[in-house]
Amino acid sequence: MKARLASMRWGRRRTLVAIGLLAIPLAGVLVFRIMPAIASFALSFTEWNLIAPPEFVGLSNFEELVGDPTFWQALWNTIYYVGGAVPGIVGVSLALALILNRGIRGIKIFRTVYFLPVVSSMVAVGIMWRWMFNAQYGLVNAGLGFLGIEPINWLGSQTWAMPALIVVTVWREIGFYMIIFLAALQGVPRHLVEAARLDGAGPWQRFWGVTFPMISPVTFFVSIMAMINTFQAFEYMYVMTEGGPRDSTLTLVYYLYLQGFEYFRTGYASAIALVLFTIILVITIVQWKIGERRVVY
Amino acid sequence: MSSTETSTGDTPAHEPSPHAPQGAGSQRHLVQPLRVAADGVHHASGAERVAGMEPPPQARVSHMQRHLGWMGKPLYYATLIFGAAMMVVPFLWMFSTSLKVESDVFQFPPEWLPDPARPENYPDALTIAPFARYLANSAFVTITDTVFSLTVCAMAGYAFARFHFRFRNTIFIAVLATMMVPVHVELIPQFILMRGLGWIDTFQALIVPSIFWPFGIFLLRQFFMTVPKELEDAARMDGAGHLRILFGLMVPLSLPAMAALGIFKFMFTWNSLIAPLIFLTSREKFTVTLGLATFQGQYETQWALLMAATVVALVPIITVFLIGQRYFIQGVALSGLKR
Repeated sequence: MKARLASMRWGRRRTLVAIGLLAIPLAGVLVFRIMPAIASFALSFTEWNLIAPPEFVGLSNFEELVGDPTFWQALWNTIYYVGGAVPGIVGVSLALALILNRGIRGIKIFRTVYFLPVVSSMVAVGIMWRWMFNAQYGLVNAGLGFLGIEPINWLGSQTWAMPALIVVTVWREIGFYMIIFLAALQGVPRHLVEAARLDGAGPWQRFWGVTFPMISPVTFFVSIMAMINTFQAFEYMYVMTEGGPRDSTLTLVYYLYLQGFEYFRTGYASAIALVLFTIILVITIVQWKIGERRVVY
Repeated sequence: MSSTETSTGDTPAHEPSPHAPQGAGSQRHLVQPLRVAADGVHHASGAERVAGMEPPPQARVSHMQRHLGWMGKPLYYATLIFGAAMMVVPFLWMFSTSLKVESDVFQFPPEWLPDPARPENYPDALTIAPFARYLANSAFVTITDTVFSLTVCAMAGYAFARFHFRFRNTIFIAVLATMMVPVHVELIPQFILMRGLGWIDTFQALIVPSIFWPFGIFLLRQFFMTVPKELEDAARMDGAGHLRILFGLMVPLSLPAMAALGIFKFMFTWNSLIAPLIFLTSREKFTVTLGLATFQGQYETQWALLMAATVVALVPIITVFLIGQRYFIQGVALSGLKR
């Protein structure tokens, strides 16, 4: 009896303690994450220059968006950028991880070197590469000249600016994803690969038949993660090209930034934010749906 | 991430085998915390299940080497060294440029060794823009954010892991759902909120929203759930209160996760551009990323000076990385287990 009473008191106290522990974190998440998310949605139906009171305008922001060629350009640019960067990141980092997983000496040194760009800020990396890509005196063109290729005006050309930004992105991110792949590869049981080898499978077959299916969930996860991150590209464009030349590197987030914080068109920028959110939501849902199926092998 | 089960227990392939292949010596520190992480719902991996059949590691290594042969190896090393050169060359080139006389920068083909060297570019850059101040600002913002964030995430993670209360799962899922909303989507409302709070051009604007970190709460909850209940009961018998249990028992037992989260937070906050860009207005409050971006705006084509400034901005974070790289790499490996 006494024990039960004590445990009841303990239970009630526990609830109080839980409330105490959660009060600050939940209030913070509510005020700084959940409310802004909802507000962003609501704002997209208004027009507000941050000075005069906001005005409800229904769907007119979205109507304007549909007829805005710059928006479509930004959307296309973003898709182009993601489409170039994600396969690059996944392919190169997986290849590097596969090699490093082969009992390479000095693995620590390689890991450190490949990881250096990951800790460097995108701003610093962007500035560094703006110099690398300099049309007249940059090292990239010097290297290409060595191979007999004419200098390219990388960041000044509508054709080459985006590929240059993709190269920088891949360059900075591969170290990060390589580590994830390396951790996954260590989970592939050696004896399975060995068994396949004894059955006469060549290296290529061993990779596609054994190793790849074992790490496919991680590959999938990495692709999604890279996709969600690259869809929000902003820093390189801000530092290296300012969205140019002629909007050829203008991305959705950059356009959102321009509309929201340069032209103070809060409602219109929120409509762009909603488009961005929808795209990322769709990617996440696809991840769940396919992820559930692919995880079982 | 609809529920925690799908979040942690999804795949044994995430889980490195304890019998790591030949690189094991250098890799072990990577493996150990990962296994702890996966413990939420621990599946025995293939290698573990057949552990009894595995030859001793020593024998296996030589066995492996015999069959791998030596044919592919030079090619592997060549690829890795080429890749490593690609990684390092931009940094070296930046450093080389930072020591040049401005007119020597424009030489084609480029020269690697600055002649004459001009180390004065560094004091010049540091006096033109207050980079020491920028670095101090970044350090303050980043360290404060990291410390508070870890504390808040630990508190919430503990409550979700160990307490039963009404609507617990609903609340937890609501917190998880915010993980899906990209920060860029929330920029404008956050700006309006900061303006309402009078926080524009303050460090709070950078620190406070960033403290509340759904991913951190989620990851620590997963870790805390793996701490055996008996340990907690024993601590309680000894008269420990909840805060003692949380900070004296749960947190120390979850150090790999804490370290990983801390490092992620540190990297993100230190390198973040967009938040300082929209919240800060006065130069003496700038963080180093914003300071550097602004500096570039003014000295766009003074490459030697600009490269010196970039080196200054990079040295602290690279130093931190080189000292704590073990934890950086563990942290990243751990993030592969996020879902």
